Amino acid sequence: MSDARISLTVDGTQIQALEGQSVIQACDAAGVYVPRLCYHPDLPPAGHCRVCSCRINGRINSACVTPVSQGMVVENDTPALNSDRRVIIEMLFVEGYHLCPTCEKSGDCELQALGYRLGMAAPTLPYLWPQRELDATHPEIVLDRNRCILCSRCIRASRYEDGKSVFGFEGRGIHMRLTVDGSALGDTAMAAADKAAHVCPVGCILIKRTGFRTPSGHHRFDKAPIGSDIEAVRSVPKT
Amino acid sequence: MMGTGARELREDPAAARPEDAVLIDRIVAEFGRDRTRLMDIVQAVQHRWGRVSAASVRAIAQSLGIHAVEVEDMVSFYSFFSRERKGRFHVRLSKTPVSLMKGAAKVAQAFAAASGAAIGTASPDGEFTIEWTSDIGMADQEPSALINGTVVTALSPSDARSIIAALRAAPADVDPPVFRAPDPRVAALPQARVASHIMKAGPIIFQRRRRGDGVRAALGLSPESIIQEIIKAKLRGRGGAGFPTGLKWKFCRKSPGQQHYLICNADEGEPGTFKDRVLLTEAPDVVFDGMTIAANALGAQSGLVYLRGEYAYLWKTLQTVLENRRRLGLLGSNICGCEGFDFDVRIQLGAGAYVCGEESALIESLEGKRGAPRDRPPFPTERGYLQQPTAVDNVESFACVARIMENGSDWFASFGTRESTGTKLLSVSGDCAHPGIYEVPFGITVNELLDQVGAADAEFVQMAGPSGQCVAPKDFGRRIAYEDLATGGSVMVFGPGRDVLEVASLFTEFFIHESCGWCAPCRVGTTLLGRGLDKILKHRGTLEDVTALEELANTVTRMSRCGLGQTAANPILTTMRNFPQVYEARLLPYQFVPAVTLEEALAVAVKVQGREPVDETEPV
Ligand SMILES: Cc1cc2nc3c(=O)[nH]c(=O)nc-3n(C[C@H](O)[C@H](O)[C@H](O)COP(=O)(O)O)c2cc1C
Ligand code: SF4
Ligand code: SF4
Ligand code: SF4
Ligand code: FES
Repeated sequence: MSDARISLTVDGTQIQALEGQSVIQACDAAGVYVPRLCYHPDLPPAGHCRVCSCRINGRINSACVTPVSQGMVVENDTPALNSDRRVIIEMLFVEGYHLCPTCEKSGDCELQALGYRLGMAAPTLPYLWPQRELDATHPEIVLDRNRCILCSRCIRASRYEDGKSVFGFEGRGIHMRLTVDGSALGDTAMAAADKAAHVCPVGCILIKRTGFRTPSGHHRFDKAPIGSDIEAVRSVPKT
Repeated sequence: MMGTGARELREDPAAARPEDAVLIDRIVAEFGRDRTRLMDIVQAVQHRWGRVSAASVRAIAQSLGIHAVEVEDMVSFYSFFSRERKGRFHVRLSKTPVSLMKGAAKVAQAFAAASGAAIGTASPDGEFTIEWTSDIGMADQEPSALINGTVVTALSPSDARSIIAALRAAPADVDPPVFRAPDPRVAALPQARVASHIMKAGPIIFQRRRRGDGVRAALGLSPESIIQEIIKAKLRGRGGAGFPTGLKWKFCRKSPGQQHYLICNADEGEPGTFKDRVLLTEAPDVVFDGMTIAANALGAQSGLVYLRGEYAYLWKTLQTVLENRRRLGLLGSNICGCEGFDFDVRIQLGAGAYVCGEESALIESLEGKRGAPRDRPPFPTERGYLQQPTAVDNVESFACVARIMENGSDWFASFGTRESTGTKLLSVSGDCAHPGIYEVPFGITVNELLDQVGAADAEFVQMAGPSGQCVAPKDFGRRIAYEDLATGGSVMVFGPGRDVLEVASLFTEFFIHESCGWCAPCRVGTTLLGRGLDKILKHRGTLEDVTALEELANTVTRMSRCGLGQTAANPILTTMRNFPQVYEARLLPYQFVPAVTLEEALAVAVKVQGREPVDETEPV
């Protein structure tokens, strides 16, 4: 990343960015929240969820994979985009099994929090009731694929941060699943200290014996909507 | 919950037999222990053992020094690689609206009855597996099928019965099959033939010229002038998107890299298209001429042809054509005696994935990975195959390039319209008297085409395949050209009595099956589109359902990551626009009807309890 400064506008406000940054990185730095699910600041982007889609120079594209360029015009917080994003969140809900009240990730879950932030009440789409496998073979980690949204954060973390490639995809289309490098998770090189064990946005990869320790009302998103941390750094735009 | 999770790697816990592991290692070594050649390696394993078992996956990974999960990620993506052993003869029937209108359902039943295999499973004796597959590129001679990878066409139910009888009587396999050679028992069937059906040869593509003429003509020009000629001819890509070829080459040429690569896209997966098949059968040299000219223009030394797996039967002939060209000095080093002009071509077989026709997915596949498209930028012309500048062009585009060099850009541009110069190969199928290939100048109207193909009574036309549009008679006066009705070449004709919604439903099913799964809006959205349309088809939809379906369709279109998802809703959206009355006729006059009936909702409970519910609304 060079130091060359670039300016672009996001929803009419001018922001500064560095050459080589993605739109989402530039927005984060400027305190503008772009909804996202598969993007993780420590990992290379992969463009799975499309929740970060913005209208960039007139065309819809994902903010996490689009590099900034001088004079770029980005629309982010518009009713049309937020409505499409909400539909994607709904799709992810009906694609798996998400019984939030029984889930230990509740309140700390990015999917659930985005549902709230984008105003999803109950999904209006039909549930798909897939067949998915729960893997509790690892002494310290449980993998509940019923909640997996196929964001590949764990795959990328294991490969690029942990140097292990514990995770991968299997199958294609609606039959795509998360798979592991062995007969089951307990049979892989996975360790609870791995980065891959701590990047899952939902309650699919969980550390055993830590669930439900935090009382209700004290989770990350119980206190403030998702994205508030990013918006907190926003400087008052100059007029 | 038990399910499909890590099943694949678990199911087969035994290690590969030591002798198999040695053989697999030999196969891997044959491809230079090169991870990017994983397609060839896995194809060889599938070919030799009839499947790619979990043990084989591990053995391949070990020989390549990579993680098993990386091999599994790739293997499990492609339709032509199977985990389980299939029947000794694996029949895959092409399922398309055209094959069904030509009687594919009856043929499938005949195959099933004669073999004893229910559709989708293997026969109890392990001899046969009968399955459906996506369009195999034979729309002009449906019903068609692949048997152990070899194409059989124009099938009737009695053909199905005689094929099963002949194969049953065929000798058991004794020697391991020779890689890439067709199964001789299938190749010997009388139905194992593919006709070319060139119904109309136009002034450009199917002209007979000496091979190499275009290459020699280009030798007198600098690379920049070759590209300038292509720009002047206003050639636009024939694969569907219509991007100006010369401009693409200009970008590619000026991108810095250690090497420039050239790829011929022969994946031809759009249902209803078969023109690349015919071009590669009848005039392969003009395509290779075009590639060699492109190599000259781009300074590329390696060219790759990505040939769809369904066209494996062309493999051997194409290798012979390449051999001849090497012998004649039209490929290899110092082409046409020109010092330093080195270029050669390798053919890569695909393995049953429509999305691999998308250029960046194609490149991923060529690198031995699952065929998931890449995000842009960077474009392939900047960082494509092996991260080097790469130009991907359609088979027909290369043929046009050769003709432009032979006859000049002005001549080429004298055909067609202002925005769409030259001619177009159309693959016409369905309800018409003369299905086949028509080379027509751009600008021809749908009506004019329908007259030529003998389809005066057409009720709707699917232009450009499922990802294109469903055209109603009111638009038959429109022109086939990039500025009006664009097409990559697929034209499916539907006559009286055909159901628009059934067709839209089959196309939606196609996209569900072919979605790569990488991005949520297409992976989940296509399945939901199928559900929504199904409800209406079953006469359980209301006006609200139609509105909701349209909104969903628009979201999938806007939010999907690549062209597949961005066009997957077209069958629904274009039929809604052009045939609203067909939808209306099926709707119920209520505000809301649940997606499932009471009977369906209770089915599990009824089964568990072993008794029907008591209907209390009934007077006792
Ligand atoms: C889902 C999908 C499938 C495609 N399939 C093909 C194909 O089978 N053949 C083809 O030439 N182009 C196909 N394309 C278009 C290619 O991405 C690319 O634009 C084309 O190969 C460029 O060649 P051209 O400029 O000569 O048309 C497909 C695109 C998408 C989105
Ligand atoms: S993973 Fe998130 S959305 Fe799913 S059940 Fe748990 S809390 Fe709810
Ligand atoms: S397990 Fe979690 S991190 Fe991994 S793909 Fe699924 S949702 Fe993403
Ligand atoms: S749109 Fe469909 S095919 Fe394209 S990347 Fe997304 S899931 Fe894959
Ligand atoms: S956050 Fe950008 S696509 Fe998922």
